Amino acid sequence: MSNQKVIKNLKTFSTAAERFEGSHVLCPGCAHSIIVREVLNATNDNLVVGASTGCLEVCTAIYPHTSWDCSWIHIGFENGSTAIAGAEAMNKALRKKGRISPDTPEPKFVAFGGDGATYDIGFQWISGCFERGHDMMYVCLDNEVYANTGGQRSSSTPIGASTTTAPAGSTSYGEKRNKKDMLQIMAAHGSPYVAQVAPNKWKDMVKKIQKGFATKGPVFINAMSACTTEWKFQPHETIEASDLAVDSLVFPLYEIVDGTELNITYRPKNIVPVRDYLAFQPRFKHLFKPENEYLIDEWQKRVDKYWEYLQRREEARV
Amino acid sequence: MNSKQMELNEVEVWDGNTCNAQALRQASVDVVAAYPITPSTNTVENYATFHANGYVDGEFIMVESEHAAMSACVGAAAAGGRVATATSSQGCALMVEVLYQCSGMRLPAVLCLVNRALAAPLNVNGDHSDMYLTRDAGWIQLDSFNAQNAYDLTLMAFKIGEHMDVRLPVISNQDGFLTSHTAQTVRPLKDEVAYNFIGDYVPVNAMLDFSKPVTHGVQTEHDWHFEHKAKQHAALQAAFPVVEEVFKEFKELTGREYNIVETHNLEGADVAIICLGTTYETATIAADELKEEGIKAAVVSPRLFRPFPLTQLAQKLQNVKAIACMDRSAPGGTVGALYNEVAGALINTEARPVMRNLIYGLGGRDITVHELKDIFRDLAKDAENGKITGKIQRLHGVRGPELSFYEL
Ligand SMILES: Cc1ncc(C[n+]2csc(CCOP(=O)(O)OP(=O)(O)O)c2C)c(N)n1
Ligand code: SF4
Repeated sequence: MSNQKVIKNLKTFSTAAERFEGSHVLCPGCAHSIIVREVLNATNDNLVVGASTGCLEVCTAIYPHTSWDCSWIHIGFENGSTAIAGAEAMNKALRKKGRISPDTPEPKFVAFGGDGATYDIGFQWISGCFERGHDMMYVCLDNEVYANTGGQRSSSTPIGASTTTAPAGSTSYGEKRNKKDMLQIMAAHGSPYVAQVAPNKWKDMVKKIQKGFATKGPVFINAMSACTTEWKFQPHETIEASDLAVDSLVFPLYEIVDGTELNITYRPKNIVPVRDYLAFQPRFKHLFKPENEYLIDEWQKRVDKYWEYLQRREEARV
Repeated sequence: MNSKQMELNEVEVWDGNTCNAQALRQASVDVVAAYPITPSTNTVENYATFHANGYVDGEFIMVESEHAAMSACVGAAAAGGRVATATSSQGCALMVEVLYQCSGMRLPAVLCLVNRALAAPLNVNGDHSDMYLTRDAGWIQLDSFNAQNAYDLTLMAFKIGEHMDVRLPVISNQDGFLTSHTAQTVRPLKDEVAYNFIGDYVPVNAMLDFSKPVTHGVQTEHDWHFEHKAKQHAALQAAFPVVEEVFKEFKELTGREYNIVETHNLEGADVAIICLGTTYETATIAADELKEEGIKAAVVSPRLFRPFPLTQLAQKLQNVKAIACMDRSAPGGTVGALYNEVAGALINTEARPVMRNLIYGLGGRDITVHELKDIFRDLAKDAENGKITGKIQRLHGVRGPELSFYEL
């Protein structure tokens, strides 16, 4: 972690040189921008950043403007990971050939993708990159929806959410399936480090990002990214929505090292009922109709069970 | 180049895939990302062997698909080095999205495209469906008639695409099996000579140059998109003089002559066949043999399929009375692309030759000297009458007469 900043408090963190700057057109209150800032501010190393098609990409590099004061590339929706893998391979090649001097510090390679880009369309590409073991970090901005195309379901959309392609209606409660467990899948790829983070728990997040950057090989970070537009809360409520997600344990914060060591990194002092998390977001409004309320109970049971599972794994060091 | 050099004989017996692999080796490509598909697989297999034995010193990554191969190439090229891959048919189809992204970002990659039919029905043999599929992807496209051409043009592809006036990716086409799997005598350059001919890679807007952060692959709206596309078109047009210059330099180095439009027996010819790939050489034999019958037959082939040499072709075809444009790709409800483009070249000229469209050789079906002679004979009749004696389009050699002729 030689080049990584020593971050003691929010002040030292926020006075770092910005590599993700203004001139973006993300919605006010969008958590994507908070997460990206937190990732980039966690290191002083040179960065090569990739983005998949999605809100982050279309809002931050609109010709002739750019929000990125670092090397940056976007190719397509599914191949942000592979673009970065290619750049990482080029770095290796040029060093081998002596065209980059060995004294030049190694840069860090980071790919950002939405949950659509990660859980769905880009899954094969990410899997390939992780199997090949590129030295890179993949960060999923998980807002549980295809936000950029206007709010369609993805395989990260949780059960019961109303989306434009899985709308709640008189005969439907919205999305029918449970969110894919991406972290476990990525750990199973043999990734040396995977972690779930949330922007409101910024210290936890920065620590994990730094740990990830210090790890050789492909690192996967799933970042909960509250979306004011599709989750339908007010722009100033982003952190509150994120707090509810982690405090209800709907989005637990933990890491898995080498696929075998699971650490829970945040234990809420007061666990909030799932009901409160759901009630905060109008995308779940219809779940509070009498005929749907059973889903809230089921949801609570599922969250409890998963929390117990994580704790048992942590205890057993597996 | 700092990898182990290979001692090559003055004359080697190589197939087209070996030619590709040797050219990539001699170009000292920094990153090759690839995925196998018949009939281009041997290009990457050969390259892997070179890599395994220290004859190349870059990175060779076997990725999980052709889409990923081209994606890795784009990321690697943007990082600031020389990149290449090889594919055919379905693999090329899977790459198409990224081909547009690569050229739109003005990244000079090289793709060795070993031409093959596109499914369905599934067919592993050669035709030009994949070449046609990529024709509007903004890549420069070179076409070879034999293994020597494949070697020469793949080498030249780097020099052309990386030229500062161009900075575009290049496809080096060769016929599946007919070239890719047929051992032929090839005169390679010495490693050092080949590498020096291409020159060192000069990065532009490299992501690994941290003194100057760069944003690749931006979003544009109506306000800028058109200008970007116009610049890309201008860069493709700028490739004409660059190709000419590179061909000239190559001739000085090797004595081997390449032209943007290749012609055989064109001087004083009444009729001409226009075709791509290996058919060129077969047709030259047919044309020569017809001299005895008094038919003045020529063969014409654009060496550059993109940018398409409209003016050069128009100029060369001024005195020809009847033409057969041979398209080795399914017509898909219209005339073939080559016919279309040649017609486009000629429509505003004084000469308005009679033009037939022949769809031929799909899925690897052979075309023989004998058949090509018959085509020339038909053209001679057209030339004499000043009009087409049959229909505009013929599916040459297809079984069942009801499938053969189209009025359009
Ligand atoms: C191959 C392809 N299919 C579809 C699209 C359309 N598309 C662009 S962004 C997007 C959704 C992005 O969603 P996600 O990855 O979750 O990111 P978000 O916008 O939510 O941040 C879709 C469907 C595309 N650009 N490319
Ligand atoms: S739609 Fe959601 S993810 Fe997209 S910019 Fe707005 S808040 Fe951010």
